[in-house]
Amino acid sequence: METGELNPNYYPARRAAAVVQHYLNTRYGSPYRWMFLGNVHNASSEDVTEGRKYQLELTIQEMISNVSGPCSAELLFPGAGTPQVQASCDWLLPNNTRAQEEAFYQQHRDSHNLVSGDRIPDSYGHMEPTMKPFWHLGGVASSFIMLEQSNQSTLYNMAQVANFTQLETEKDQLRFQYHVLLHEMVSQEIIHWKMLITWSPAEGVKVLQTDLQPKCNCEDPPDSIN
Amino acid sequence: MKALLICALLVNFAKLCNCTSTHDQVLSIPVTTKEQAAIARNISSQNETVLWSPAAPEHIRAGTEVHLFLIVTKCICFRVLLDNTEELIEMQTRNDSSDPRSSASYYERYHSLEEIYFWINEMAQDHPDMVKVLLIGSSFEKNPLYVLKLSGRQERAEKRAMWIDCGIHAREWISPAFCLWFVQYSLNFYNQNSDITEMLDSMDIYVLPVMNPDGYQYTWTTNRMWRKNRSVSQDINCIGTDLNRNFDANWCTVGASPRPCDEIYCGLFPESEPEAAAVANFLRSHKDVVKLYFSIHSYGQMLLFPYACSNEQVPNHAELVELVQEAAMKIKRHYKNNYKYGASAETIYLAPGGSDDWAYNLGILYSFTFELEDRGRYGFLLPPSLISKACNEALLAVKSVAISIPTLQVLNKP
Repeated sequence: METGELNPNYYPARRAAAVVQHYLNTRYGSPYRWMFLGNVHNASSEDVTEGRKYQLELTIQEMISNVSGPCSAELLFPGAGTPQVQASCDWLLPNNTRAQEEAFYQQHRDSHNLVSGDRIPDSYGHMEPTMKPFWHLGGVASSFIMLEQSNQSTLYNMAQVANFTQLETEKDQLRFQYHVLLHEMVSQEIIHWKMLITWSPAEGVKVLQTDLQPKCNCEDPPDSIN
Repeated sequence: MKALLICALLVNFAKLCNCTSTHDQVLSIPVTTKEQAAIARNISSQNETVLWSPAAPEHIRAGTEVHLFLIVTKCICFRVLLDNTEELIEMQTRNDSSDPRSSASYYERYHSLEEIYFWINEMAQDHPDMVKVLLIGSSFEKNPLYVLKLSGRQERAEKRAMWIDCGIHAREWISPAFCLWFVQYSLNFYNQNSDITEMLDSMDIYVLPVMNPDGYQYTWTTNRMWRKNRSVSQDINCIGTDLNRNFDANWCTVGASPRPCDEIYCGLFPESEPEAAAVANFLRSHKDVVKLYFSIHSYGQMLLFPYACSNEQVPNHAELVELVQEAAMKIKRHYKNNYKYGASAETIYLAPGGSDDWAYNLGILYSFTFELEDRGRYGFLLPPSLISKACNEALLAVKSVAISIPTLQVLNKP
């Protein structure tokens, strides 16, 4: 592994930057705020006693508002376990509760009309406009898993929300059961995870339970196509 | 009597409506089929009509010409609402239909394997002077592997060739969509756009729209996220080999897997897969003329060149960097989009057995793998609304590289 300055366009820097993207989603993500990696501008890495440390300057794109901004981050890949990230993106304000989030929250808070959906996006990349916030929410929640699972030999992305079901609101948190498909770029595997998540504008996204689904080498059920 | 009453009523109606002409008419109806004869007999039995020829309705047969006097036009006014409903229906359905001759929207949709085969046939039929279809082999499930050979109309000695393959990985739907886009563009803009004209006049362009038809079909019928082909080997529980790990380039070393259940399974031996073998055999037999190789994939937005199979740099590394860098710059300028570029092993990952590496080692020194849009938001599930942008960006990159390679420069020197 290269030590010192890294080429910001090559995969070691980009894999580390993707981890920062996932971290930011866990901290700031919501049904109306979903972060993706833009470009890496500077990167360097070195071995430390705890593992491998990276320093990064990157651009992060917020997908819904289409706003981009600079972030600097430091991340540690330990020998084993979850990467540790510290990042500052001054333009991402944590307590910025937006009108859309509040409206969405109020709309779905009363449990007499629980929502559910599947195959978001569908095989053709389509989704109903009403499903979009649930897509974003699935992506943000997936970042919790993707952050935890990342190491220097992985690059994760959420491929699809297989399905989600809204559960009864509890303690003012919207609650959902999600089944997501994650795409791991290096192995090219599609990995199925189920998760129990909560969200509110005040508390943000929380993942209460995660459940790795075994890889099925049989025909996938017809549900996986459209 | 009845007829007179009807007429009286209708005359009153006629006074109420705005008619421009109500003339009695004699119609000539050529009856050719039994069904038509039955209908004509029915009509001519009505009181509002008078059969002039033949003498009686019973004499109306297939092959008769019927002359019918319509009294009814005196009493009912009408105007033609839809002049040619058939044409209208045809026009409406054409836009949504599978007609590749129709609007640009055909190319901004994803098409099933069957539709693509239909399209291949249409292209050859519609452009016999520029398109030839070659059968280079068949898939594991015996789907044909068709290559379109595109040529300009200029006779030229020592014509070189270029190859583009799409759909090597089943779930990357934007890839076959690009091959269709490229062919359509070439045929429509030959002699209009100088780059594509130069390309087609100096090179034959071989386009393989779907290298992995079995896998592609499988993503339509069963599992949208399938990647490999559909061959059955030793482990009957796990189907499929990664075709882009099956070529003979450092085969099955780090970056590929010897386990049949894995997505990057390298197969039983190099070119064990009929799809890979077909492509390899074709390129081997044309290796003296093919100078440029493209393999189209998604997603990631990257313009890559060998090697992926090792960290070793190819002899013309600097030249290849310049080519993809130029292409990336053009994409940035025209479409405001960022594509990464470089040798595969350092830009994306180590991956032995790739078609581009193998082609390079065969002697095709301008060998590329392009990863199309997007960067992960939609990933494999790129919506049709983004097909146009994705394909135009890739097209720009392909043209940019193709017109810059030395072969073309030499051939086109004034």
